[in-house]
Amino acid sequence: MLRAIFSHPSGRIGGAIVLLYVVIALLGLFDLTPHDPLQQYRIDRLKAPSAVYWMGTDLFGRDVASRLMKGVGQSFLVGISAVAIASVAGTVLGLTAAWFGKLWDGLVMRVMDVLLAFPAILLALLIIAIAGPGTWTSVAAIAIVYTPIFTRVVRGPALSIKSREFVDAARTFGSSKTYILTRHLLLNLVAPLTVQVTLALAWSLLTEAGLSFLGLGTQPPASSLGLMLADSRNLMEKAPWLLIFPAIAIMISILGFNLLGDALRDILDPKTRSRTA
Amino acid sequence: MNYLTRRLLTFPLVMLGVSILVFFAIRMIPGDAITAMLGTEAGLLTPAQRAALSEYFGIDQPILIQYWKWLLGVFQSDLGISVTHGKPVLSIILERFPLTLQLAIMAMVVALAVGLPAGVFAATRKERPSDLGVRIFAMIGQSTPNFVVGLLLIYALSAGFGILPTMGEFTPFSVDPLRNLSQMILPAVTLGFAFAASVTRISRSAMLDVLSDDYVRTARSKGVPKRRVIWRHALPNALIPVVTLSGVEFGYLLGGAVLVEQIYALPGLGRLVLEAILQRDYALVQGCVLFIAFNFLVVNLLVDLLYVALDPRIRLGEGG
Repeated sequence: MLRAIFSHPSGRIGGAIVLLYVVIALLGLFDLTPHDPLQQYRIDRLKAPSAVYWMGTDLFGRDVASRLMKGVGQSFLVGISAVAIASVAGTVLGLTAAWFGKLWDGLVMRVMDVLLAFPAILLALLIIAIAGPGTWTSVAAIAIVYTPIFTRVVRGPALSIKSREFVDAARTFGSSKTYILTRHLLLNLVAPLTVQVTLALAWSLLTEAGLSFLGLGTQPPASSLGLMLADSRNLMEKAPWLLIFPAIAIMISILGFNLLGDALRDILDPKTRSRTA
Repeated sequence: MNYLTRRLLTFPLVMLGVSILVFFAIRMIPGDAITAMLGTEAGLLTPAQRAALSEYFGIDQPILIQYWKWLLGVFQSDLGISVTHGKPVLSIILERFPLTLQLAIMAMVVALAVGLPAGVFAATRKERPSDLGVRIFAMIGQSTPNFVVGLLLIYALSAGFGILPTMGEFTPFSVDPLRNLSQMILPAVTLGFAFAASVTRISRSAMLDVLSDDYVRTARSKGVPKRRVIWRHALPNALIPVVTLSGVEFGYLLGGAVLVEQIYALPGLGRLVLEAILQRDYALVQGCVLFIAFNFLVVNLLVDLLYVALDPRIRLGEGG
């Protein structure tokens, strides 16, 4: 699999970006940053990038590079948690809807239809209106927004796998429902799920940045890329590094996951190969 | 039951589900509704005033009765009164909606004007450097959040040309079209950027499909010029997925581009929802969310109908 990813042009670039992103995120999460991201060096306020402050300092004299690393870590934490919850919830709902059918299938899919009737950011805003802004509310909001997508991705293929001979054979041999669901259905769904997880990570990074930019995600003084961009708005002419570095970080991280997702789709579903750009 | 009938039948059901979700979600907010509506001022109320207000807003009744009354109100175009604006919710929404609609239309024009020719161009030069260039542009476009595009555009204009986009009082198109367009062009380009990238990708992919069809090869072998084959024979058939994508994206945009409206200080529907959330104006949040979800569902239904009209193969199929 790894060989396939690295022999695919998009996979190579996307994989390298994602790897770099994960390393930066982990360094940020474990506070292995050049400076303390919250430390205010008051005599060094709004300093341009230099050997001491690689990406300059902000209005309070905090090191932008350290805050950016911390912010990448924060986005990564929110993105990974939200996608993990959404993929597990979506998979369980999709699998059970396909397996049990009838009333349960109808109920699950109609609830998913209702959730899909909202533009994603609006649903996230509605959830935040209820639970109040914050990091874990963002995780919940993003997870709820993406659960219907995972449910749909799983239910369709699960329905067709369910009617295949090998599943009938497993039933005849007396395999338990749990065994069939996890070993036969779930294992055959790994490919579409992997692609969806990668693409959902790109979208969840985007949504997290957007919510934090609006002041509804990560709350100050904690660091987040969206929050850093919001802070840069009134200072972009005087201190463009406050805008440029977080903007590039968001763009490249989303690009990395998108490229990797596209490569995985090509590798796991050769029908689409070379047609999707 | 064919696809079309099923879509038409499920529409009111989903809308009913949306109304239930919106109504009960708002009531899950901690604390009582009077405090939620009046904020700190609720502390000044006497018990009698509080009871009178509960009776006035109907919140002293069982929750199902409240929902039923609210639903009846919705059918009579009554979405309640906004606490912060002191006006009917629907009238506030209808004041803000024209801007959001205009922005969505302008963003779609930008996206189609850039994305469609770029997609066709790339498809006809498959695997050449120009195709790769277009694909890289599309991938970057899709990976850039629109608020980042907006901020970078504002910075590029102010640092490069010394121009700061006008963010003062918004002028409606009917009052001063030129001033309105000068205020709307940057937000439209910002929103259209990622949308154009999606249109480029989907039109390239659809054109590649169509260009490998037999009838295109036949037309070429009969000596029909390449340009004519591309624009007259292939493109109309490649437009189906582009129409679908544009419709769905348009539905999203009608919900208000919260972030872009916020950056450019445009008083649209998206910003109205955000303000309502920040000011804890729940009647307004409820009304806006219902209105946006309704628009989104109607546009999606229209896209489906259009899709069926354009591609009769799915009329009796099992799609969706």
